Amino acid sequence: MIAEELSKTAAAEREAQAQFEHRINVCVAASCLSSNSDKIKSALETEVKKKGLEKSCQVRGVGCMRLCSRGPLVSTETQGEDETQPASVLYQNVTPEDAPALVESLKGEPVKALECPTDTPFFKSQVTIVLENSGKIDPERIEEYIAVEGYATLLKALTTMTPAEVIAEISRSGLRGRGGAGYSTGLKWTTVAKANGGSRKYVICNADEGDPGAFMDRSVLESDPHRILEGMALAAYAVGASHGYIYVRAEYPLAIKRLRAAIRQAERNGLLGTNISGTTFSFTVELRLGAGAFVCGEETALIASIEGKRGQPRPRPPYPAESGVWGCPTLINNVETFANIVPIIREGGDWFAGIGTAKSKGTKVFALTGQIHNTGLIEVPMGTPLREIVYEIGGGIPGGKAFKAVQTGGPSGGCIPAQHLDSPVDYESLIQLGSFMGSGGMIIMDETSCMVDVATYFMEFCMSESCGKCVPCRVGTAHMYDLLQKITRGEATMADLDLLLEVCDVVKNTSLCGLGMGAPQPIFSTLRYFRDEYLAHIEAKQCPAGVCKIHEGNEEVIA
Amino acid sequence: MWTTSVKVSPPSEDKRWKLVEATMRRLGHEPSALIETLHTTQESFGYLDDVSLRYVSAALRVPLSKVYGVATFYHFFNLKPQGNHNCVVCMGTACYIKGAANILGEIEKTYQVKAGGTTEDNELSVLTARCLGSCGLAPAAVIDGEVAGKLSPEQTVERLEKVIHP
Repeated sequence: MIAEELSKTAAAEREAQAQFEHRINVCVAASCLSSNSDKIKSALETEVKKKGLEKSCQVRGVGCMRLCSRGPLVSTETQGEDETQPASVLYQNVTPEDAPALVESLKGEPVKALECPTDTPFFKSQVTIVLENSGKIDPERIEEYIAVEGYATLLKALTTMTPAEVIAEISRSGLRGRGGAGYSTGLKWTTVAKANGGSRKYVICNADEGDPGAFMDRSVLESDPHRILEGMALAAYAVGASHGYIYVRAEYPLAIKRLRAAIRQAERNGLLGTNISGTTFSFTVELRLGAGAFVCGEETALIASIEGKRGQPRPRPPYPAESGVWGCPTLINNVETFANIVPIIREGGDWFAGIGTAKSKGTKVFALTGQIHNTGLIEVPMGTPLREIVYEIGGGIPGGKAFKAVQTGGPSGGCIPAQHLDSPVDYESLIQLGSFMGSGGMIIMDETSCMVDVATYFMEFCMSESCGKCVPCRVGTAHMYDLLQKITRGEATMADLDLLLEVCDVVKNTSLCGLGMGAPQPIFSTLRYFRDEYLAHIEAKQCPAGVCKIHEGNEEVIA
Repeated sequence: MWTTSVKVSPPSEDKRWKLVEATMRRLGHEPSALIETLHTTQESFGYLDDVSLRYVSAALRVPLSKVYGVATFYHFFNLKPQGNHNCVVCMGTACYIKGAANILGEIEKTYQVKAGGTTEDNELSVLTARCLGSCGLAPAAVIDGEVAGKLSPEQTVERLEKVIHP
C-alpha cells in the first residue's frame, strides 16, 4: 500500500463511520471481557436490530477505557449538530439487561443510573500518548487504525526520512526504555544501527509482562496492536533490521489473538512484508509465546527462549545490541517503548521532550491497583506527584482506611510510605526513594497490609522464579525467604535480621541478572521505612497489621 | 546419528498429531521450534506425557534431556494430566493483598487438594498463577477458562460447586 492508497482507505473508513448518527462502544479488553462485555455487545446488537436502527447506529468493540474497576464500560457517541445531546456518555457496571435502555437513551436523555462521570480527576489529569487510541478504535480492524492516521507515519518515514534521521528524532525526544531500567532508547538504537553483524539484524518487542500487578502492556496489545507493529517497523527501518519477534506471554490469549490478526491484516495490506509501500524496505514479524517464566523478561533469557532453549540469562557483555538472537545484532524494547515511537516521529522529538521532567520525558502508563477506589490504567506525565495519583486520580483509599504504602517496580521494586507521597514519579526520584520505576505496576496498600508479609511474598516470587543458573540468586533467595518466614512466624531474633541484611547484600552485588540483583530490594525498602514492623515481629512477637499468624505454630503464611 | 532425511512418524493415528506436525513444519523442523511445538502439543492433548516428549525430541532432533529440561523449566507446561475441571487462583500482588491466599486456603481445605494438584476423584485441578493481568478485578480466579473477579473465599467455592456438581 502506498501513501495515496493509505489516505484513500482512511478517507473511506472515516466516511463509512460518518454514516452512523450514533455509535455505541463496548470495551472488549480483558478486564471488561471477563465481566461479560461480549454478551453486552451482542445484546446491544440484537436491540439495535430489533429497533431497525442498523443504518444509523453502530455497535462496536473498542480497547481499554481505563477505569477497569467500574467495568464493564460502554460509551455512546452521537454526532451531528444536535446540541442538546451530549457528544459522548460513559456508562459503568453495564449488564446485558441494560441494552434496551441504552439504545433508547440515544434519542433522549442519558441513562442516569448507569452514567459514569468523566469530568473527574481520573480522566482529566491523564495525558494520553501511548493510550491515545485505546478505547477509541476497534483493535480487530486495521481500517479503524488507518482512519486515525495509522501507518501514515511509517510510510512518511520510509519515503522522506533516512534511518539516521529517524534515530536522531528518537534521541532528541529523550525517550527512555519503559521496561524499567530507563536506558536511553536513542542510544540503544544507535548502537544497533552501528553494529556490524553482516546482513542480519533483529528487532524484538518484549511483551513478557511478568511483574505481578502490572497489566499495561497487555492493555496496549489488546487495545491497539497495530501501533506496536508500526513502532517496530520504524525501529527496524532505523537500525537496518528486516525481521522482528514479539515475545508475548502465553497467559495473555486475547493479546496473542489480536496480535496474530493484526500481523495478518498488515501483511495483506502490504504494510508488513517485502518492499513495504514500494520501497526497498522489508520487514516481517513473528510471534513467540512465553511459557510462564518471569526471568524471560530479562533480555538475554528472552533471547534464549526465542531460540527454543531454557530461559536462562548469560553474562553481558556482549550486549544483545552486538550479539543477540542467533548471534546477530538485536534491538530489544518493551511494548510501551514501541508504543511511543509513532507519536514521536509524527509530532517530532521536541514535542515529546516538552512533556515530563528534565531527565524523564513523556508520559508513563501505570496499572493502578490494590486498596484504592479507581483501579485501572492511567497515563500521566512523568513527574506527577504520587499524592495526585493516589488521592485524585485514584480517588483515595476505600473504607476510610489509612494509606500505608505504594509499591512500584514489581519484585525488584520497593514500597514508598506516606511521608514521601509528594515526590514526583520519575526514574531518578523513585530510585532515590529505594524503589524502581519498573514496567509500571503501582499497588496501593492500606493499614491492613503487613510489610514483612509483603516482603516475604515478593521473596517467595523471586525464589520460585529464580532460573537456578547462578548461585547467589538460587541459594540466596531461598535463604532470604527462610529468614523472612522465621520473622513472620515470630521465631526470629535480632541476629537473624543482621544475617538477612548480609545475605541481601551478597545477592544484590553478585547475582548474574536483574532478577537476583533486584530481589533484596523489597527487603531494603520495607526495612528502611517500616523497621518498626520488623521489630514488632521479632521482639514483641506481634504482627501490627494482624496478617501474620504468629501463634499458630509452624503454619505457613504464604500458601 | 539423526539425519534430515529421517522422517519421524507420530506415535499414533490420533488426528491431533497433525496439528503438532503442522507447527513443526511451519518452523522448518528447526530445534528452535521446541517451545512452540510443546505449546501446540499441550493445547491439543492437555498435557505433555512421555510419549509426546519423546516424539518431539526425535522429530526436532533435540536431545530428550533438553526437551525435558525445557518442559520442566517453564511453569506453563504440565507433565501430568489435569482434572475434569480446573481452577487457577491468581496470586499476583493486587490479588494477594486483597486476600488471594485465603481463597486458595478455602479451596485447599474444601477439596483436600494442594495447589498444583488434582483431587482424588480427578474432578478438580487447582493451580496458581503469577498474575492474570486482571488486577482491576482482584482478587480473581479462572474457573474452566472463565475469569471470575472480586471473589470471596465462599463465593469461589460456591462457583466451583456449580461447575463440579451442576
